[in-house]
Amino acid sequence: MPALRILVCVKRVPAPGAQITLTADGRAIDTRNLAFTTSPHEECAVEEAIRLVEGHGGDITVLTVGPPEAEEQLRFSISVGAQHAILVTNDRVADGADPDPQATARAITGAVRALEAEAGPFDLLLFGNESADSGGFQVGVRVARALGRPIVNGIKAIDISDAVLTARRECDDGFEVYRLGLPAVIGVKEGINLPRYPTLPGRLRSKKAEVQTIIAEPPGGGLTMVRFETPAVEVTETVLLGTGAGAAGAVVDLFYELGLA
Amino acid sequence: MTDPVLVLIDHDRGTVGDETRQALAFSRACLPHAPVAAVVIGGAVPPTVSGADAIWHVRHVELDDYAPEAWGDALHQLAAAVSPSAIVATGTERGNEVLAHVAAIADEPFAANVLLATPGSPWRIRRARWGGSLLEDATVSAQLPILSCALHVYSGDLANAPAAREVSVAEFVPTLGPGAARTRVVDRVQIAEGITLTTAPVVVSGGRGVGSEEGFAAIEALAELLGAAVGCSRVVTNQGWRPHADQVGQTGKRVAPDLYIACGISGAIQHWVGMQAAKHVLAINTDPNAPMVTKADYAVIGDLHEIVPAIVEELRRRRA
Ligand SMILES: Cc1cc2nc3c(=O)[nH]c(=O)nc-3n(C[C@H](O)[C@H](O)[C@H](O)COP(=O)(O)OP(=O)(O)OC[C@H]3O[C@@H](n4cnc5c(N)ncnc54)[C@H](O)[C@@H]3O)c2cc1C
Ligand SMILES: Nc1ncnc2c1ncn2[C@@H]1O[C@H](COP(=O)(O)O)[C@@H](O)[C@H]1O
Repeated sequence: MPALRILVCVKRVPAPGAQITLTADGRAIDTRNLAFTTSPHEECAVEEAIRLVEGHGGDITVLTVGPPEAEEQLRFSISVGAQHAILVTNDRVADGADPDPQATARAITGAVRALEAEAGPFDLLLFGNESADSGGFQVGVRVARALGRPIVNGIKAIDISDAVLTARRECDDGFEVYRLGLPAVIGVKEGINLPRYPTLPGRLRSKKAEVQTIIAEPPGGGLTMVRFETPAVEVTETVLLGTGAGAAGAVVDLFYELGLA
Repeated sequence: MTDPVLVLIDHDRGTVGDETRQALAFSRACLPHAPVAAVVIGGAVPPTVSGADAIWHVRHVELDDYAPEAWGDALHQLAAAVSPSAIVATGTERGNEVLAHVAAIADEPFAANVLLATPGSPWRIRRARWGGSLLEDATVSAQLPILSCALHVYSGDLANAPAAREVSVAEFVPTLGPGAARTRVVDRVQIAEGITLTTAPVVVSGGRGVGSEEGFAAIEALAELLGAAVGCSRVVTNQGWRPHADQVGQTGKRVAPDLYIACGISGAIQHWVGMQAAKHVLAINTDPNAPMVTKADYAVIGDLHEIVPAIVEELRRRRA
């Protein structure tokens, strides 16, 4: 089995805590007190790429469409085991605009074509099942279609042998199995693995790693964000059933009251 | 007469998922004047679908089991043939996947998890972001609007819609080359399971406060006594204390039990969106100010390691 060349697309997203706060104009999340992270499904996609390369040999490129700050997420991927990092950006994105899904897909497709012309084809492109913030459920599918490669979403297990990729998708009573020839594209779901933490040598490597920048200004698509709104929080009168073990009686009373015991 | 709305029927080898009715209800609510044409892809005989004005049965040998790319091709071809005013599905895994394919082929926008839609040029929509914890108002400029409706927003109650037997079925045979279904279900792995997280009447869920894999023993004992399923937070799956299949929240499962018991879970927004549909919430937490406590219907303040075993004991005592 020849070595695998894998590309993973990750998105930089804020990590809000208990409540999302918006900017005054309602057009963005107020990120002043927030940390940023990689969408969880994509973190697992990076880990899956590392495991595949550990098994088969090869190398991993991580790519993001985002502002220059998204280098933080690219370097994190390098610190856990990716080799190459690509930042796809332009002035609007650098200002914090989140491109619509069609524009994002066009930017990624263009970058993949350029990278493949330079260094040869990727065997596998990994996406998250959906981005954590916008949850469009489509960028991977659009890229796969544009490149003419097969794609399945929602994947919780990947196995590759003899250039055939076997993938499992969780359903109500178990798993569905899909088989794809390489090159292929997969939308990964959290739970496929437990991502590792960076090691100290990994952190050092990531600090020194070169991030290649590609400027892309693809035309926008037809879905245009106007404004955000946080859903109204229902005010609940919390009934305190007690403190400590002494509350057990009141809890069991509640079970009977609700007809559940 | 307005052009019809095509509604993709989410079925698995002929068994129609309950959620599919939500897309039919969504279409009637947003486009009250448009006839609703249900689209059943695959199978020899279409399953009965009530709530539609017409049924398109899309038949082809390549379509005998779920095949996301070929389903997308077939639905796109049908749309090209009948010029619908919109294509709609419920935002299930398959619904979103097939619509993404249609949108990619047509190079049209696709809005996933829509809550409200008003036709026009452009269409105005409201959709769920962040798994439902943020609402986005957006415009859709498209020849053919493609929308999935967010789960559990439109009730599948279609009291005024025509009954299945009154609806005519038309056939559509797409042009699919051999191998068009190169991505399709080729096998299934059944995992025997009793009560599932998404159907259990009670869910007993644990978070970081449980502290360890072994710490879940008391939670399991309580779940067993209540005929409940065990759930958990993302911290728990990240620690490897429970499998990811048990995770509730934005990147886990959506549950809607009669009672959700949250033990040692703080109530971060990404967890809350997974269980906000629960009828009642009981929080057990050392922190009276934790969001899970202030948003819950009932709370017990204190150490779950004392409280949960005491509840188990009390329940056993009363049943003895
Ligand atoms: C994009 C994204 C997606 C996410 N998706 C999910 C998801 O699907 N599901 C999910 O759960 N999270 C998700 N998260 C993570 C989420 O933000 C929180 O980090 C997580 O839910 C916190 O888990 P927790 O409540 O168990 O832990 P903590 O927030 O650490 O809370 C622990 C709680 O336990 C209480 N406690 C401690 N000890 C005890 C004790 N002995 N007895 C009683 N109470 C005790 C504490 O007071 C505290 O309230 C996501 C995050 C991001 C950024
Ligand atoms: N800005 C971005 N940069 C890189 N990858 C992205 C970006 N947006 C989306 N993706 C990828 O596409 C997947 C699906 O995104 P979405 O269609 O927004 O739900 C994500 O999980 C990512 O893998």
